[in-house]
Amino acid sequence: MTTLDIHDLHASVETDGGAREILRGVTLTVESGQTHAVMGPNGSGKSTLAYVIAGHPKYTVTGGSITLDGQDVLEMSVDERARAGLFLAMQYPVEIPGVSVSNFLRTSVTAVRGEAPKLRTWVKEMKGAMEALQIDPAFAERSVNEGFSGGEKKRHEILQLELLKPKIAVLDETDSGLDVDALKVVAEGVNRFQEDGTTGTLLITHYTRILRYIHPDFVHVFVDGRIVESGGPELATQLEDEGYERFLKAGASS
Amino acid sequence: MSIAPASDHAPALRSRDVADHTVPSGREESWRFTPLADITDAITGSTALDGGLDVEWTADPDAVVERVSAGDPRVGRSFLPADLLAARALDACAEPIVVTLPREWQGVARVSVRGRGEDAAGHVVIDAAPFSEGTVILDFTGAGRYFGALEVRVGDGARLTVVSLQDWDEGAVHVGEHHAAIGRDARLLMGHITLGGSLVRLAPTVSYGAPGGDAELLGLFFADAGQHLEHRVFVDHDTPHCRSSVLYKGALQGEGAHTVWIGDVLVRAQAIGVDTYEVNRNLILTDGARADSVPNLELETGEIVGAGHASATGRFDDEQLFYLQARGIPADLARVLVVRGFFADVLQRIGQPDLTRRVMRNVDARLGVDSMDLETWDEEHGA
Ligand SMILES: Nc1ncnc2c1ncn2[C@@H]1O[C@H](COP(=O)(O)OP(=O)(O)O)[C@@H](O)[C@H]1O
Ligand SMILES: [Mg+2]
Repeated sequence: MTTLDIHDLHASVETDGGAREILRGVTLTVESGQTHAVMGPNGSGKSTLAYVIAGHPKYTVTGGSITLDGQDVLEMSVDERARAGLFLAMQYPVEIPGVSVSNFLRTSVTAVRGEAPKLRTWVKEMKGAMEALQIDPAFAERSVNEGFSGGEKKRHEILQLELLKPKIAVLDETDSGLDVDALKVVAEGVNRFQEDGTTGTLLITHYTRILRYIHPDFVHVFVDGRIVESGGPELATQLEDEGYERFLKAGASS
Repeated sequence: MSIAPASDHAPALRSRDVADHTVPSGREESWRFTPLADITDAITGSTALDGGLDVEWTADPDAVVERVSAGDPRVGRSFLPADLLAARALDACAEPIVVTLPREWQGVARVSVRGRGEDAAGHVVIDAAPFSEGTVILDFTGAGRYFGALEVRVGDGARLTVVSLQDWDEGAVHVGEHHAAIGRDARLLMGHITLGGSLVRLAPTVSYGAPGGDAELLGLFFADAGQHLEHRVFVDHDTPHCRSSVLYKGALQGEGAHTVWIGDVLVRAQAIGVDTYEVNRNLILTDGARADSVPNLELETGEIVGAGHASATGRFDDEQLFYLQARGIPADLARVLVVRGFFADVLQRIGQPDLTRRVMRNVDARLGVDSMDLETWDEEHGA
């Protein structure tokens, strides 16, 4: 049983015009076995929430707390958070020239598991995971994310998710920019990850489309740096029909 | 593309005679980056370059490595000093090293030159006979100051790889020109790996005697605080239908770390059908380090296959660090991965697994990581 607890989280970013508050009191609890969808318009602060959970140095937490099974996440370095069981599939994965995917994956798996995987089982494991996500085996020798298409980058993120098997996964717009076929492949990967009930997922998305393939237990509407409404899957259906209009007005008046 | 008069590129004068050269003021284009104070006594001759060197070699059968007398006709046959220091060094060198690779020979020769902490003059000749296919590794280590040139002749149809590794102790100085004369349809891969030494200033220069020559110049350098590592490339396309490809990559860290890369390529009017491309990339890891990069391509003819250059100096990308850390990889190991990755293409093209391993160990040590953590990397990259 794992719990990620985010309480009244405030965070700001340094801009030319001074510090700008982006997260303005986020409260959210994700437990193992649960899938939470966080939906909101562009610029509402969804990626900022994801980055702050992962510990991106660009953002300063000015209030509130994040704990993972009672441990203070905000005290941890970025890599400590990953080793503690947090994972962020990034909206814009970073290119690392000259570092092969296979080397990257093995280094990362070694760090997270605390020991190097045995070479023979590892190769099998990696190949199997790549096959399930329909990733060409030749990718293993390519530089991380370099020259990957948008869809290839996202599949590569989910490959890492499946190999690292974190306690809580935060997926930042893993669906955007994917065609339907790729979307299904990625969604299947997330469902495989989630299926045994030991892990939790925070699925950040702008569109409802992915929710046809990944079924959330909870849906949260995110506007202007905070959650303005929470509900069950029916909230997503409502968003699909009505868009964010109603919430934008509510966000502006609050 | 910057256009400069030919006189900026080609040395105005080449001569073995010390009296033909003048003392540089430091304002000359070719000396303006170099901390001349560290070598002024050697240039003016107030310090004699009579120190000793420990030289050892291994070579596959039939290759000849020998120490010859200063008057040997193979010394200075295709190379003449372009400045006073080079002239003094050649004049002072009592026992030049000559590596001869016979016709159609195939194999590897390794020569190690170790400084004893003295002021030494040296000279190395590599004579690759026609249709030989060989690799020569020069390995410079130890202490002191070393002044001397490398004189390479690549015979017609030969394929030669020469890698010069500068892995000197802290405080050491190494200054010299690495000149290659490339024969008809011959191919040279010349690599420079410069890791150690407080002042290293190498001038890789290439000229072609006949059509069909192909030169690939590859370099890698890593400067820490207090190191000045300078590579001044000059490719003289004096002959039609030849190629040159130049790639140098540098990493820098620490206060006062300084690298200089000059890439002068001159395509003379008669050199039609030439294909040339040069690139320098530098990765600055910390504040206080400075990378100077000056590509300079001059075309005297438009009848070429291709010509281009690129130069970019960037700071270490914190987003790369974040991405790797977000996958559980500690920051120091993440830095190592990024820097190893940065050098990977140069090392792959140089294609010497033992040197790759040595560079990687060096990178790891500089970034404070125990190399044992990274054995798997080497296996995968064939090192
Ligand atoms: N590094 C930054 N500097 C300045 N503004 C930023 C920075 N990062 C995010 N923002 C701003 O914060 C707001 C939220 O951004 P983001 O979290 O990316 O939103 P979303 O992911 O919901 O589209 C946007 O207005 C964006 O411009
Ligand atoms: Mg976003």
